Amino acid sequence: MPKLPGLIKGLGVTMGTLVRTVKDGANTVQYPHAKESPPVRARGVIALREDNCTACMLCARSCPDWCIYIEAHKQLAPPRRAGGKPRQVNHLDRFDIDYALCMYCGICVEVCPFDALFWSPEYEYSEPRIADLLHDKTKLGEWMETVPEAPALEVGAEKKK
Amino acid sequence: MIAQLAVEIPYWGQSLLRVVGGLVAVLLPAGTIVYLFLFKMMSFMQSRLGPMEAGPFGSMQLFAEVGKWLQKEDIVPENADARIYKIAPIIVLVSTFLLVVVIPFGPDAWFTNFSAGVFYALAIGSVSVIGILVAGWSSANKYSLLGGLRAAGQLIAYELPMVLAVVGVVIQAGSMNLQDIVMAQNTGEIFGWSGIGFPFVLTQFVGFLIFMIAVQAELTQAPFDMPIAESELVSGYMTEYSGFRFLMFFIGEFATAGVFALIASVLFLGGWGIPFSWFGWETIDQVDNWMNIAGPVIMFTKMMVLTGIIMWVRFSYPRFREDQLQRFAWKVLIPLSLANIAVTAIVKVVV
Repeated sequence: MPKLPGLIKGLGVTMGTLVRTVKDGANTVQYPHAKESPPVRARGVIALREDNCTACMLCARSCPDWCIYIEAHKQLAPPRRAGGKPRQVNHLDRFDIDYALCMYCGICVEVCPFDALFWSPEYEYSEPRIADLLHDKTKLGEWMETVPEAPALEVGAEKKK
Repeated sequence: MIAQLAVEIPYWGQSLLRVVGGLVAVLLPAGTIVYLFLFKMMSFMQSRLGPMEAGPFGSMQLFAEVGKWLQKEDIVPENADARIYKIAPIIVLVSTFLLVVVIPFGPDAWFTNFSAGVFYALAIGSVSVIGILVAGWSSANKYSLLGGLRAAGQLIAYELPMVLAVVGVVIQAGSMNLQDIVMAQNTGEIFGWSGIGFPFVLTQFVGFLIFMIAVQAELTQAPFDMPIAESELVSGYMTEYSGFRFLMFFIGEFATAGVFALIASVLFLGGWGIPFSWFGWETIDQVDNWMNIAGPVIMFTKMMVLTGIIMWVRFSYPRFREDQLQRFAWKVLIPLSLANIAVTAIVKVVV
């Protein structure tokens, strides 16, 4: 019997929520009609800045799902200084992320030493066919437009050299 | 029933009317309960809107769901006892239809009017246990079996306080005929004042509480949803069912909620009647014909209030543990209902 007040309180909580929902509307959003804007640093989709990628394969190897596919070949690039030896660079032939496998852990973004991978809050890229969830480097490059500006450094933080 | 409508309807016509009436009396409350309470009230209590796409405010969602279930394959597990497995949901649903048969909806709007109505209702109400037990057993699935056994234990445990709670009403009304119980409540007076009749909920409030708690358990609604506890037993005895047979279990669950609420409103809230003193009626023969139309509406309103409470409790409380559930039935409800019977009997004799 000492539990009775708690039981009545419990009924009051649900009824209170009902009244509040009727009066002020629900806490949820009717998705296709109305959209919630995700937080700036939400993990929506991973974007690729192709110029920064050196095909070092760190992301592909650290991916728990093995959902990153990288193929590259070596090619010669013009020397940095006049008269120098031509540089040898890795040129990306293929950089795919299979979002059917990706679990959005973000290890690839963390591990990339050259800032080639970025999180974008964009989340609307579902496809009727599962194979279309394999985003190639062109598509991953297009996601770069949705990547938000990096937040300003804290006061007194060490500047990047 | 029909003679009052001043038209002569042949026997087959009356039978047809009764069948249609029975279908309406079972399916209409079930549909309303599912949409109004399960879809909408539950969603609002969780601060969301529920289904909004099918029809205005999602009102056609139920048809969409039924259509979805009808499309699904009717799977029978390989090791299941196929024939029994297929019959089980029918047993559950049929018990609901048999239950509605004794409920009076108006002075002449009844399906059958026999003198042991309460007895019949309580007896038929427990037939669904067989369907559930059989479903759990024949599915050849451990979850189903456990769910079925839990359901059987629970339904039998709560059958008893339910029956005992009704006995108080029967003693007070002096009849087991549901029509007579309605009459007793609407012609009664409280200390000579007949303004609201004499609904038994006033004197039998303990019985009413016990009855509603037992109904909650009979329907295996939370907090008594141990048999279908989805976090431990998948879906209990319904685990293996799909398509139309699952739909039958689903309809059975909510139709039974409606029918038990109808019975509760007959037993405790005055049923179809309005206090007879308002119109100067004294016996059932004097009641005007329009009550045959108004009666079902009144019954429906009372049913909606009661199922609303059942669902409200369902959405608010967490689940009982198995031992708590059994202890509550045997150690609290049954002694309480026995005491209620004793007090009612003594007061009946004394007054």
